[in-house]
Amino acid sequence: MIAFLANLRRLDRRWIFLMVGLLVVAPLLTGFHIAPVKPGSRAKGFYDAIEKLKPGSTVLLAGDYDPGTIAENYPMHLAAARQLMARNIKIIGVELYPGGPPLADQVLHLAGAEYKKREGYDYVNLGYKSGNEAVMSAMGSAGIPRTFPADRSGTPVGRIPVMKGIENFSQIAMIVSVSAGYPGTKEWVQQVVSRYHVPMIAGVTAVSAPEYYPYLQAGQLQGLLGGMAGAAEYEVLVNHPALATRGMDAQSLAHIFIALMILLGNLAALPQRSPGARQS
Amino acid sequence: MKREIPLLISMAAGIFVLIGFFVPHPAIRNTYDDIQQWVIIVVAFTYVLGMANLMRINTEQIQRRAKDWPYKLALVLSLVGTMIVGFFFSRGSHYLDDRTGFSWIYLTFYSSMSSTMFSLLAFFIASAAFRAFRVRSVEALLLAIAALILMIGRVPIGNAIHPAIPQIADWLMEIPQNAAKRGILMGAALGVIATGFRVILGIERTYGSEGGG
Repeated sequence: MIAFLANLRRLDRRWIFLMVGLLVVAPLLTGFHIAPVKPGSRAKGFYDAIEKLKPGSTVLLAGDYDPGTIAENYPMHLAAARQLMARNIKIIGVELYPGGPPLADQVLHLAGAEYKKREGYDYVNLGYKSGNEAVMSAMGSAGIPRTFPADRSGTPVGRIPVMKGIENFSQIAMIVSVSAGYPGTKEWVQQVVSRYHVPMIAGVTAVSAPEYYPYLQAGQLQGLLGGMAGAAEYEVLVNHPALATRGMDAQSLAHIFIALMILLGNLAALPQRSPGARQS
Repeated sequence: MKREIPLLISMAAGIFVLIGFFVPHPAIRNTYDDIQQWVIIVVAFTYVLGMANLMRINTEQIQRRAKDWPYKLALVLSLVGTMIVGFFFSRGSHYLDDRTGFSWIYLTFYSSMSSTMFSLLAFFIASAAFRAFRVRSVEALLLAIAALILMIGRVPIGNAIHPAIPQIADWLMEIPQNAAKRGILMGAALGVIATGFRVILGIERTYGSEGGG
């Protein structure tokens, strides 16, 4: 037993890498299914908040992430666009990450094609603007058209039908923030929700999700999707299982493996902590 | 004057932004709006500054054949190459449209490499879990138990093993974690307010090149 534990301590980490790779890739390639996704209360809050919006109202869909977190943020971004378009809600897209606009374009064009929505009439992507919190704040005080004078392709906002009548946050029914970090959900809450009292829901990366629980409990966020698990729960709610749902089996196996690694690592370290080992 | 002028600009901008947050009078509000527009423009210029700095540091190191210089060369070539493709081979101002050279670089290289960097986390977390997560005290034991419950409770397999696991995971997140996080947030907020006042009053000067405070 002691020899086995000593061998375990010397385990080459490349074996661990190989196992992680196999456990992640196998379910994605084979379609191997472990357990159904059950939506939790935070994902239901996100879904219900959009369901309560009046058809024809306008939401701000902030896609504040870049390809680094595409696995977590993109599925929730796409599912949100799908639910909004299915409910005939108009979308104004903005991004505060320089690498975000092409992903937002992809999301809006894909969902727009599925629900037969026209760019400029039913949705628009205003694109990226540098300035972080200053952009959010300026959208409320100086106004959205002054902060974003043209959309991503350079069309002046005055010539975009979906922007007609949109001056500031008073005309925005809700902010849907899909965020990877700074600037993102936290800054939207601090700069806009606390000041202009616009309802808001957020989809964030798993690692940053705990940071937003206080805002959720305080009612400043009406719903929260945390990481790929949150995105998968939301995909189930919108009845459109897609990227995140497919990834959950891989994530389940990876989590079990990491839990096993914690246990094995401590088991392997046991002989080093025994009184005899300490004396020697 | 080199010291006083930046201090005065910071003080004036800070005071206007603070007042503008609470006072909707047009005289204040217009200045407040203008300051915000300036911030947006200045931040855009910092990207140019950042790029110039990156080029200067890396080209110097390439010339000196410093450690890992081939990687720095790859960085500079990628930067210059992307700019050339964006400026001259991507339909001018429509460089962000689909099927331009710039979009191709974004989708083929930038997107794939960024995702790869993030994906590496899974491998290193697994390795670190095995090598570094040692239970050496009661606190570490509690942390390990919470981590195991959360890891299993946040994925569907947790519910399949036992419906109580996701419920315990939710409780951990909503009560103990939330309490600790709220305390940290409040402490950080008080710190930010104090630092803000120190900057506005000219006591905090470390943001300037001369330092001190």
